[in-house]
Amino acid sequence: MHPASTPSASPLVPPGAPVRLAVREIRKTFPGVIANDRVTLDVRRGEVHALLGENGAGKTTLMNILYGIYQPDAGEIVIDGREVRVRSPRDAIAHGVGMVPQHFLLVRRHTVAENVALGLSGTRFLLPVRGVEMQINAFADRYGLRVDPHAAIWQLSISEQQRVEILKALLRGAEILILDEPTSVLTPQEAMQLFGVLRRMKEEGKSVIFITHKLDEVLAAADRVTVMRKGRVIDTVPVGMASKPQLARMMVGHDVDFQLPARHPGTGAPALVVEDLWVQGDRGLPVVRGVSFVLHRQEILGIAGVAGNGQRELVEALTGLRRVERGRVTVLDRDVSRWSPRTMSKMGVAHIPEERIRMGIVPPMSVTENAILRRYEEPPFSRGPLMDYVSATRFAQQLIVEYSIQTPSPRTPARLLSGGNIQKLILARELSHRPDLIIAAHPTYGLDVSTTDRIHRLLLQRRDDGAAVLLVSEDLDEIRALADRIGVMYGGELVAVVPAGTDRETVGLLMAGQRV
Amino acid sequence: MRVGPSVRQLGPFRIEVGQPSGAWTLAVSAVAIFAAFIAAGGIFWAYGVNPIHAYAVIAHDVLVVPGAFPEIFRSTIPLLLTGVGLVLAFRAQFYNIGAEGQLLAGAVAATGVALFTPIRGPMTLPVMFAAGFVGGALWGLLPSLLKLRLNVNEVITTLMMNYIALYFVSWLVTGPWRGPSVRGFAYTDQFPLSAWLPLIPGTRIHWPTLVLGVVLAAGCAVLLARTRLGFAIRVQGENPEAARYVGINALRTTLLVMLLSGGAAGLAGVGEVAGVHHKLLDPNQVSLGYGYTAIIVAWLARGQALATLITATLFGLIYSSGDVMQVSLQMPFRVTSVFNGLILFFLIGSERLLAYRVRWAPRRAPADPPASAAAPHRPSGEEQWE
Amino acid sequence: MGVVDWILGVLVRGMALGTPLLWGALGEIYAERAGVVNLGVEGMMILGAFFAFAAAQLTGHPGLGLLAAALIGGMAALLHAFVSVTLRANQFVSGLALSMLGLGLAGLLGRGWEGFPLSNPLPERSILPPLGALLAVAIWALLYHTRWGIILRTVGESPAAADAMGIDVALVRYLAVVFGGMLAGVAGGFLSVAYRPSWTEGMTGGIGWIVVALAIFASWDPLRAIGAALLFGTLFHLSFRLQAWIPPEPLQMMPFAFTILVLAIAARWGARAWRAPEALGLPYLRGER
Repeated sequence: MHPASTPSASPLVPPGAPVRLAVREIRKTFPGVIANDRVTLDVRRGEVHALLGENGAGKTTLMNILYGIYQPDAGEIVIDGREVRVRSPRDAIAHGVGMVPQHFLLVRRHTVAENVALGLSGTRFLLPVRGVEMQINAFADRYGLRVDPHAAIWQLSISEQQRVEILKALLRGAEILILDEPTSVLTPQEAMQLFGVLRRMKEEGKSVIFITHKLDEVLAAADRVTVMRKGRVIDTVPVGMASKPQLARMMVGHDVDFQLPARHPGTGAPALVVEDLWVQGDRGLPVVRGVSFVLHRQEILGIAGVAGNGQRELVEALTGLRRVERGRVTVLDRDVSRWSPRTMSKMGVAHIPEERIRMGIVPPMSVTENAILRRYEEPPFSRGPLMDYVSATRFAQQLIVEYSIQTPSPRTPARLLSGGNIQKLILARELSHRPDLIIAAHPTYGLDVSTTDRIHRLLLQRRDDGAAVLLVSEDLDEIRALADRIGVMYGGELVAVVPAGTDRETVGLLMAGQRV
Repeated sequence: MRVGPSVRQLGPFRIEVGQPSGAWTLAVSAVAIFAAFIAAGGIFWAYGVNPIHAYAVIAHDVLVVPGAFPEIFRSTIPLLLTGVGLVLAFRAQFYNIGAEGQLLAGAVAATGVALFTPIRGPMTLPVMFAAGFVGGALWGLLPSLLKLRLNVNEVITTLMMNYIALYFVSWLVTGPWRGPSVRGFAYTDQFPLSAWLPLIPGTRIHWPTLVLGVVLAAGCAVLLARTRLGFAIRVQGENPEAARYVGINALRTTLLVMLLSGGAAGLAGVGEVAGVHHKLLDPNQVSLGYGYTAIIVAWLARGQALATLITATLFGLIYSSGDVMQVSLQMPFRVTSVFNGLILFFLIGSERLLAYRVRWAPRRAPADPPASAAAPHRPSGEEQWE
Repeated sequence: MGVVDWILGVLVRGMALGTPLLWGALGEIYAERAGVVNLGVEGMMILGAFFAFAAAQLTGHPGLGLLAAALIGGMAALLHAFVSVTLRANQFVSGLALSMLGLGLAGLLGRGWEGFPLSNPLPERSILPPLGALLAVAIWALLYHTRWGIILRTVGESPAAADAMGIDVALVRYLAVVFGGMLAGVAGGFLSVAYRPSWTEGMTGGIGWIVVALAIFASWDPLRAIGAALLFGTLFHLSFRLQAWIPPEPLQMMPFAFTILVLAIAARWGARAWRAPEALGLPYLRGER
C-alpha cells in the first residue's frame, strides 16, 4: 500500500489507465427541475473518483441513474467500452455496478448472512445461508470489513451496517462501487477506516465513486474529483492539482468565507437548565443517560454527535414529547419536566423538529393551516369552538412575506412546497411568537446553500435578540459555524462541552467516544 | 413521505397541478362507476341475463314506475347516516368497518326504549334516537380503545364486533325479547304507535330520519371545515406525528370521532326499526348490509361530509335496483354485493388515475430553457428525489 | 359418555373445522410475509366453497372440486394483487371489495344449487387435515431455510432492499398473493365438500375474517398457525356442542369475541414476537421512500 499521509501523495491513477465507466450527456428532469443537465464524466480502473457537490447538485440523481433506479431522459452510459442500458438495479448489477446507498437498504430483522445471500444469484435453494457465511468471512478478511454473519442487522452499529452494504456489493462481483455520502453517519475515525477499505479495493483494480460534499474527504480519499453544481458538471480535476478554496469555489459558485463569525459572549441568564436527565428510547432502554447542562440567553449551544447517540430522545424530552424518566428540566426558572408539548410551546419554547415533513407539517393541509398549527386554539385564530380562517390567512400572508416563503398562495397544500420552503414555513411558525428558547434539530439538513444561509442568519439574529438556542446537528461544520459552545453526545451521555474554537479532530474524537 | 414534485415551473408563481380539481375527481369517479356497471353487465351476461335488458328493466322499474322513485330514499336514509359517520372516522384515519354492528346496536337500544320502558307519547322517539346514538357509540368504543391503547388493528376488531352484534340480535329475537304475541316467529312485539316514525304521505320515507341525516351531513361538514375540533381531527388524521408534536390529544380526538361515527350508525339503526319494521327482527333484515355499503358511500365521498348526500342516494338507487332484480329478473338480492364490490374496486383502482395526472401532467418538454431551473423557486433536486 | 371421549370427540371435530382455518391462515401468512394484507379471505373462501361444490357435483370427484376451489381462489387473489400491487391502491379497501364481490358472486351463481347436499363428499377425516399440518411445516421451511424464503421475507420487510438487489418486488408479491388465495380457496372448498358437504349461501359465516386475525395471532409463523387454527376450530365446534345447555347465539359469538381478546393479548404481551412484517400494507414504488 502506498503511503497516503498527505493528499498530494495519494497515488495518482496514470492518465493511461483504461476507462471503466463513462457517462455521456446525461439529462434527467423532474417536474419543475432539471436534476442532471448534460452530465459527462468518466471513471477509470483502479481509481477512487469523488463526486463533489452540495445537496441538490444532482449527484444522487446521477448515481440513481447509474444504478437503474431512474431512467435518464437523454444521454448514454458506457461500461468497458460498450454502451449499456440500465433499466433496473438488476441490469446495473449485471454490468458490475454496486451501490452503497446513504440510507442502508438492509432488512433489520434478518441476519447479515441472509441480507447478503439475498443478492447472490449463485446461492443454492436449500439452506442458502451456509455457504454465504464462509464467503462473507473470506471477503471480510480480504478488505478489512469484519462483521459477524450470524448477527441480526438491528444489533449492529451504523458503521458495521455500512460494512454489510459494502460486502453485499463486493460479493456480487461489483467492479464499480458507488458510495453515497458514506461518511455522513460515521465518526471521523470510522471514516478513516473506510478510506483504508477503499484503498484496498482500488489496489485490486476496482473503481470507486464516492459521493460527498466534504472537501477534506475528497482530499483524503480520492484520486480525481468531479464537481457538480445545480445539475451540471463544473469540472473534473486530479486531486493532487486541486486546492480546497478552488474546489469550494467550483462547488458553490462563489468564494466561500472560511472565517467563522464572531462569537457572542453569551452571558445572559440561564434559560434552560438540565439536571441529570434520563430518557428511555423506543425499545425501553435508557438512551439519554444523566445529561446535565445549562444554556443561557443570548447563547447557542451546539450538540454534536453521530446520529443515534440519544440526540433525538434528548430533544423530544426537552420539548415535552417524551417522558422524563429521571432528572429535572428547568426552563426560565420553571420545572417543566412533566409538561406537555402544548404548554411548553405556550411558555415560549420553539421546536424545529428533526423530521420536517413527517412531524413539522401536515402535508395535505394548506400553508395557512400549517402556519397556525401551533396556535390554532388561541385567538385570533379561533374564537370559542370556531376557527377564524380570515385572521389565519392574514397571519400566513404576513409570514410568507416576512420569511420569503415561496408558495403560489396561502391555500396551497404544504406538501407542494420545496423542502427549503417547508423548513422556512416551520421556522416562521415557530419563531413568529418570539420564543425565549429555540430547540432546533438538524435545521438545515438537505437544504440548498441560500436557504441554509438564511436559516443560520435567523438563528443568529434570534440569539442576538436574547433567545437561547439549542442546536442539534450532525453537521459539525454547521455547529462550528454557529455555536458559542459545543456539547458532544456519545452513547446517551453528554461527554463534554467545549468552547467554540475547539479543533475538528478533538470534537471528532469525542464523537467517537474517546475521552480527551 | 416525500415532497410531491407538483408545482408547474413556468415562472416564479404558477399553476399547481398537484391538487386534482373537483371536476376531475368527479369525472374519474363517474367513469369508474360506469366501468363497474359494464363489468357487472358482463357478469349478468355470464349468468344468463341480457345486461341491456336488465338495465332497461331496472331503469324503468326504479325511475319510471309510479311510487318506485321514493323507495330509493328508504335505503338512502341509513346509508346517509352511517356514511357521514364513516367519513368522519376515515378523516381521522380510523378504519371503522364496524358500522353494521353499530347500526344493530342502535336498533337494539331503540327497541329497548320502545318496548321495555314506560316512556310513551311525544318523548318516545327523541329518547329512542338518543338511546340509539349511545348504543352505536358504545359499540364502537371497545375497538377504539383497543386501537388507541394497544394499537390493535381496528379493521379486524370492528369486523368482529359486527358478528357479535349480529348474533346478539339473533339471540334477543329468538330468546329473551321474542314477542309473546308473535308465536313462533323470531321477532319482538310490534312497537307502540308512539314509537313509529311518521312517513311522507304516499311514500314509505320516514322523513325525520332523513332530515336527521341531512343535518348530520351539514353538521359534519361544518365541524371539519370550521371548528377547532375539526382542525384537530384533520391534523390527527393526516399526520399523527404532527398532532403529537403540537400536543393534540390523540385519545380524546379519536375517541370523539369514533363516538360520533358509531352514534351516527346507531341513529340509522333507530330509523330502520322505528321507521320501517316497527319491531326488532332477524339482524339480516334489520340491516341489508348498510354498514358495509356505507364504507363505499364514504369512500366515494372522498372525505367530504356533504358529498355523502349524493353518494348515499346513488347507493340507495343500487339497493332499489337490487329489489327490482330480485322481483323482475329473479336474481338474488346478493347481486347488490356484486355491484358494491365492483364499484369499490373500480373506485380505488381509479385513484391511481388521479395520481398519474399529478405525476405526468406537469412534466416539461426538454426544450424548455434551462435558465428557469436556477430560478429562486426551484426546488433542489436531491432533497426531493433522492 | 365418558368425559375423555367427549373431549376427544370435541378435539377431533375441532380439527375438522380447524382445517379450513389452517389452510386459510397459511395462505394469509404467506401473502402478508410478502407485505400484502388480503382482507378478501371471506370472499375467496366463499367462492372456493361454491366452485368446489359445483365442480364436485358436476364431475363426481371431490378432488376436482378442491382443484377448482384453488383455481378460483387464485384468480380472485390475482384481482387483489393487481389492484393493490400494480395500481398501489389501499390494500385494506381492496380486500374488502374482494370480500363483497366474492360474497355477491357466490350468492348469484349459487342460487340454483342452494341447499343441495353433495352426492359424493370427501370424508372429513380425509387427507386434508394432516396435509394442512404438512403444508405448515413446508411453508415454514420454505420461509426460513430457502433462498426463496429470504426473497419473500425481504419483500415484506423492505421492498426497497429487495429491489436494489434486482428482485422483482411486484412479481414476488403477485406470486405470494395468488398462492395465498389458492390456499384460501381450498379452505373454502373443504367446507363445502368435506366439512358440511352441501352448498348454502354465506356458509363461510365470517370464518374468513377470523383467518385474517389468526395470521396476526400466529405472529406470521406457519407453525404457530397449526395451534392457533386447532384452538379456534375447537372453539367453533364447542359453540355447536354446548348448544345442549346454552342457546346457540351467545355461543356463536364466542369465536369472534375470543378473536378480539386474543388480538388484545397479543398486542399487550406479545411485544417483539408479534411484530408484523415492516412493509405490511404498504405499496411499493421504486425511488420513493
